[in-house]
Amino acid sequence: MELFLQQVFNGVMLGSTYAIVALGLTMVFGILHVPNFAHGQMYMLGAYVCFFLITIFGFAYWPALALSAIVLALAGVALEILVFKPVRNTGGITPFIAALGALIILENSVVVLWGPEGHRIPNPYPGIIDVFGITMSTQRLLVIGVAIVLIILLQIFIKKTTLGSSIEAVAQNKEGATLVGINVNRVSALTFAISSGLAAIAACLVAPIFMISPSMGSLVGMKAFVIVILGGLGSIPGAIFGGLILGLIEAIGGGYFSAAYKDVFGFGALVLILTIKPMGLFGKEIKGR
Amino acid sequence: MMKWVKSNWFYLMVLVIALVLPLIITNRYYAQVITMSLLFAIGALSMNLILGYTGQMSLAHGGFFAIGAYGVAILTFRLGWNFWLALPAASLLAAFVGFLVGMPALRTRGSYFAIVTLCLGEIIYLIAGNWLELTGGHNGIVGIPVPSPIPIPSLGQLTFQSQIPQYYLVLFFLLLTVFVMYRLINSLRGMTFLATAINEDLAEAVGINIFRTKLLSFVVSNFFAGLAGGIYASLIGSISPSVASITMTFNFLMYVLLGGITTLAGPIIGAFIIPILLEYLQFLQDYQMILFGLLLIIVIIYFPTGFMGLYVKVRDKINKSKVRA
Repeated sequence: MELFLQQVFNGVMLGSTYAIVALGLTMVFGILHVPNFAHGQMYMLGAYVCFFLITIFGFAYWPALALSAIVLALAGVALEILVFKPVRNTGGITPFIAALGALIILENSVVVLWGPEGHRIPNPYPGIIDVFGITMSTQRLLVIGVAIVLIILLQIFIKKTTLGSSIEAVAQNKEGATLVGINVNRVSALTFAISSGLAAIAACLVAPIFMISPSMGSLVGMKAFVIVILGGLGSIPGAIFGGLILGLIEAIGGGYFSAAYKDVFGFGALVLILTIKPMGLFGKEIKGR
Repeated sequence: MMKWVKSNWFYLMVLVIALVLPLIITNRYYAQVITMSLLFAIGALSMNLILGYTGQMSLAHGGFFAIGAYGVAILTFRLGWNFWLALPAASLLAAFVGFLVGMPALRTRGSYFAIVTLCLGEIIYLIAGNWLELTGGHNGIVGIPVPSPIPIPSLGQLTFQSQIPQYYLVLFFLLLTVFVMYRLINSLRGMTFLATAINEDLAEAVGINIFRTKLLSFVVSNFFAGLAGGIYASLIGSISPSVASITMTFNFLMYVLLGGITTLAGPIIGAFIIPILLEYLQFLQDYQMILFGLLLIIVIIYFPTGFMGLYVKVRDKINKSKVRA
């Protein structure tokens, strides 16, 4: 029972970071209908920015996290303008390829600039809390806490503010939104900024727990896609639930069966779910996308 | 006959050059680069079938290449099979796995399919790296024998120890692939592929079974990916999970796109030019991939039809100016 609870805790921790990363991805998909394959690399970049801010410029953990989110938000806007805007009105496989190009550039630039080896961000909260026999490190609890706060803030932003509603408006109907005077370009840039900023925060949160390396993004990016599909492309509640489900599948599968194959369980679950529901759990029918 | 030669002189010339190439290029290193280009052309052509002609973004192509490679490696090296039995067996295995995973995966469309295949590729990569007993884990398999000799009555036998016969072996399979692809895409069945790529809903409306069309294209495409992988394993002699990595898929994608998607010549040109270009760009080593990423974006924004598209544009312009003169 204790092992089980321990795995559930780890699963929720993993799942909440996945959920944050997937949230950004699903928002971008809702607006542009393009899977941003470079999203995982933005996550990786966020971790690196945080790492350099702390080790070289001597920032404290929280300011580094905030600044990293801002830097990545700007990088997200640049990515949108340079890569995705030119291919926005093309169909078929064109936008995928552009996204793949961005992925290759980002990952390899980091390898060239700072080497392929891993780094570690010093853990700001090394303490451990013991609850009913489950060990919880403070940092891990923090990850879950921040994730919950972020998700609530994002919901308030989208539902209660005009700027946030414009994102939802464009996602629902691009032409309609343009007609009522919403600047679609600005909304796309904003969505990319939020999406990349969220990815950076998620990366900074787990960086003290895991190592950071140039390849850390590709697997997380792929998992974010699994989640977004599990939840249905463009669905925000879907991304949150999907993230938690995947985190739990991985932690429990990895804890009880085989750690080496824990990623196979997640990807396998995706294939299985899509066999039954080709549009994901919360997805709506999208023709020709 | 003369008329046929006249209208196809260009292709005949390319074929003749391909046949005499090993006699001209004696540098072992360059000969190796060219043989590998031919081999990757097989993989690129097969990817073009599902990606270009059928319009389905399969990102598991490296995975199926790896199934062929590991298939041949395990059958010949561990089980002692003859290469000429192991190669079709491994290719069929890739096709069969393609059939099995295509059944669920092809129920999805567009972005969903791209991501599902991306995950499938990753699953194959993870299995290759972790199934120690079968694949040797991350160390891979070393010491895979070269293709078994073919006995020729009264002349002895054809061995594949040296580079020149290896080159002709790969050339033979490339020509076979081109032949099959040519026949396939010019058949009625091939037209249904293209119809699916251009407009799925319309294709369905005129009575094409889209699911079966996509599945057939996927299976054939993966068969040839496995074939390329099988030959690769045997010629290189050692493989590791990196053959299943996403980089392999990206390489094929690059050959197809830069060469010219939905053309037969494009992927071959891409597979030929890019590795040779890379040889010249050796000094850029670290920046190679960054350059490739940039090239990919620029090509897809400004020249979405790749090199072949550019060629057709220039040719049409010349023809037009001839008409005017």
